[in-house]
Amino acid sequence: MIKKITIRFLYILFLGAIVFVPLYFLNQNIDKQNISTGFHFLSQEAGFEISESIIEYNSYMGYSRALLVGVVNTIYVALLGNFLALILGLLLGVLSISKNFLLSKFCSFYLNFFRNIPLLLQLFFLYGIFTDILPAVKRSTPVFGIIASNRGVAIPWFSSGWASVSLLITLVTSIGLIFIVNKWAKNITTTYKKILYPIFFALFFFAQIELITRFFHFEFPAVRGFNVRGGLNFSPEFISLLLGLVLYTGAFIGEIVRSGILAVDKGQWEASYALGLSKIQTLRKIILPQSLKVALPPMTAQFLNLTKNSSLAVAIGFPDFVSIANTTMNQTGQAVELVLLIMGLYLFTSLSVSGVANIINYKLLGARQR
Amino acid sequence: MIEIQKLNKWYDDFHVLKNINLSIRQGERVVVCGPSGSGKSTLIRCMNYLEEFQEGSITIESKSIQDQLDNIEEIRKDVGMVFQHFNLFPHLTILENLTLAPTIVRKISKIDARKTAMSYLEKVKIASEAHKYPNQISGGQKQRVAIARSLCMNPKIMLFDEPTSALDPEMVKEVLEVMTDLAKEGMTMICVTHEMGFAREVADRIIFMDHGEIIADLPPDQFFDQPRNPRLKEFLSQIL
Amino acid sequence: MSEWLKKNLFPSKSQSLISLVMISFLGGLILKLSSWLFINATWIGDAQSCREATGACLPFIREKYLYILFGVYPREHLWRPFVGLVIWAIFWIHFTKKKNWNRKLLFKFPVIFFIYFYLLRGGGPFARVDNHLWGGLPLTILLSTVGILISYPLGILLALARRSKSKLISIPVVCYIELIRGVPLISILFMSSVMLPLFLPNDLSIDKLFRAQVAIVLFCAAYFAEVVRGGLQSLDEGQEEAARALGLNYVQTQFYIVLPQALVQVIPPTVNTMIGMFKDTSLVIVIALFDLMGTAKSSLTDANWLGFSIEAYVFIASIYFIICFSMGRFSKRVEEEFKLAKERR
Repeated sequence: MIKKITIRFLYILFLGAIVFVPLYFLNQNIDKQNISTGFHFLSQEAGFEISESIIEYNSYMGYSRALLVGVVNTIYVALLGNFLALILGLLLGVLSISKNFLLSKFCSFYLNFFRNIPLLLQLFFLYGIFTDILPAVKRSTPVFGIIASNRGVAIPWFSSGWASVSLLITLVTSIGLIFIVNKWAKNITTTYKKILYPIFFALFFFAQIELITRFFHFEFPAVRGFNVRGGLNFSPEFISLLLGLVLYTGAFIGEIVRSGILAVDKGQWEASYALGLSKIQTLRKIILPQSLKVALPPMTAQFLNLTKNSSLAVAIGFPDFVSIANTTMNQTGQAVELVLLIMGLYLFTSLSVSGVANIINYKLLGARQR
Repeated sequence: MIEIQKLNKWYDDFHVLKNINLSIRQGERVVVCGPSGSGKSTLIRCMNYLEEFQEGSITIESKSIQDQLDNIEEIRKDVGMVFQHFNLFPHLTILENLTLAPTIVRKISKIDARKTAMSYLEKVKIASEAHKYPNQISGGQKQRVAIARSLCMNPKIMLFDEPTSALDPEMVKEVLEVMTDLAKEGMTMICVTHEMGFAREVADRIIFMDHGEIIADLPPDQFFDQPRNPRLKEFLSQIL
Repeated sequence: MSEWLKKNLFPSKSQSLISLVMISFLGGLILKLSSWLFINATWIGDAQSCREATGACLPFIREKYLYILFGVYPREHLWRPFVGLVIWAIFWIHFTKKKNWNRKLLFKFPVIFFIYFYLLRGGGPFARVDNHLWGGLPLTILLSTVGILISYPLGILLALARRSKSKLISIPVVCYIELIRGVPLISILFMSSVMLPLFLPNDLSIDKLFRAQVAIVLFCAAYFAEVVRGGLQSLDEGQEEAARALGLNYVQTQFYIVLPQALVQVIPPTVNTMIGMFKDTSLVIVIALFDLMGTAKSSLTDANWLGFSIEAYVFIASIYFIICFSMGRFSKRVEEEFKLAKERR
């Protein structure tokens, strides 16, 4: 009994030591090196520029604003990246089991290749293409209105940011309308649906486009001096980061989708064919739903991975949160607070996404448990 | 040999064992039966502390479980258990299954352990399979191996938790034969089972449990032929 | 041959269309690749002649390959890391031969590692080479192997601790695991390089390489812990009960019965985590350590040889690919072996 108590006591002592001894030294060092503590620095003027930002920013704003820019950039890359990676992964996974030899082999090769090379290397490689291969701005020529140079890629687009927002709203509402009408009009047969819906959707969509183009001005990018102006500009940093993340994570998701599909019992395919369903129908209605149950946890892990991997932006100069926090760290010297902020942000994201995924998982599984 | 006094166990709020008092002498063969949920498996699993209990005491050969909580292996060494689902170790051969515990718990030399193991394997008539793996043998063979495995530790008591419930009918007989032989050699046995034929033949006492209590504790002839308790009567009418 | 073509590539109209698209796509890709790598490649010359040509610049690789592979390790002792790499390659081949799979292999691993470390470091008859001179592939291998050697057992301990009935143990462990897994490796590396000095007495300075190694170990241990936990959960609890019933204590039960089964069950995700760890070592570039990734990148800053990033990256990409792919293939083989063994039994 005494043995147990002593062991417990020593363990608590050990835990305490791990926590409090470093804190003691931290205190010492802070005093010695005159480092300020606390989060007051957030209201201080940042004094550095950020190369790209979705929200308004200039160097006179506070560090808190600069960090917020980082947060927004990170979320932007993470959301967009995850969305594209999911699509790519689904595509690759499904195509990799195609009967077509070339297609399936190519997909398998892709899945293998991109998973066995470090993400950072892929990012540097893509960035290298911009710096070494693409021409300088002066020498670049538009292709289908798109200009690709070592300053990035510019595509024709509306001149106002609000146009993009309204376009997004249009898209979302159109899709939403389809779902609503779908639920509403269950009696209409599928053939009618197949004809009506595209027409309906197209009409609605183009009506919106008309409205938008009436209000907003559409412009083509052109070379002005050392820069490309007009249209929508994507910096090399952004493209390398996004493309790298999507290609890399897409490969992992593709492998997960592929394993998920292969995990479904062969008898399911056979029963479905016997009932007369085509391969695509079988996939959509029978196989994929079942494979989703197996695939959801690892896929969630990949979404989180992509989000965390976006922090590699610091290595190629895209101003994500870690990047900006790093600059702030160098300027203010308050490493502890900033590292805590970084970890806090990612921890919050991870826990919330896992939480949501757990709920979805539970709902999916809950439906199965009788 | 085993003294159980005022044993009470709760699963959260559910009172699963109610004030059990039981005394078992050396060499006694005891069968415990009852409807499902009566707590008979729980009771037997308390005896080697695979289940914890909140109140009461269990003493095995004057070693009390409560006093040995930090070193429960001391008690478990002398108590053998055979499980409903065999629980053989799939990554070890049959022989290795038998020699593992003696060598690392009782520190017996490998050679001696092997000798003992082979002799028990012969006893349960399965010596030829010694170098096979568990999933290469049938259910009945697995259970016989499980019995031999427990015997290799030279236990003073053998506990059986529904040993034949997971077996196909044709294999039940071979396992019951082994258990009967064991009983004839004087091993103290406590057996939770539905095999009433075995109970009638082998048991010295049959204990009937219902809703966590011991309802009846009688020798076989009184148990089967002169049941007085209404619940016991009902149970017997259902299974016989 | 034409039968095979018909069946696999042109069974139907739509399939044939797809095949044609694929053929033209793949054909174009292969053409472009081979023209870059072989046909238009510059084989001899200098930076100028390379820039005039359109293909790969092989003189760049010839000029830089030693630096990329070995960093700033003193040239006269370069044979030592080279021999170290060869030893690892031989050990790998030995490791993947089935007849060598037994407990002794676990002990050979650290032994090989210490030989490797000694080769790099020197001492005794060999000249000392301090670790700030270590770089390139040997550094990558060092970071990964130490990482695996320490964080895998650590991960097992964490997984076991997580299942402890005592909340005093399980709660700190769960917090640790979830914390580490929730944040990017970069933040842990930053923490170790920037934050750690603040938590230590001022006059004590810990080697940068050591700090990076600790960060990698702590990071991967959390991931291994989750993988092992999956294995432990998938194990039938009757196994542990049977072992306890026989009188085995906790340590004996885990060591002889639970872990052998649980760890084998999760070999594929375990190897995947190891491959991930190997790739993640490339991140040490952000704290100014020059492993294979770092040396490749810094080789591009040479003013005489600017603009050959593609060559450098393709060079190290092939190295990473070969190593990671072999590990992946090995994992598949082990999976097959255990599946077969189960069926045979």
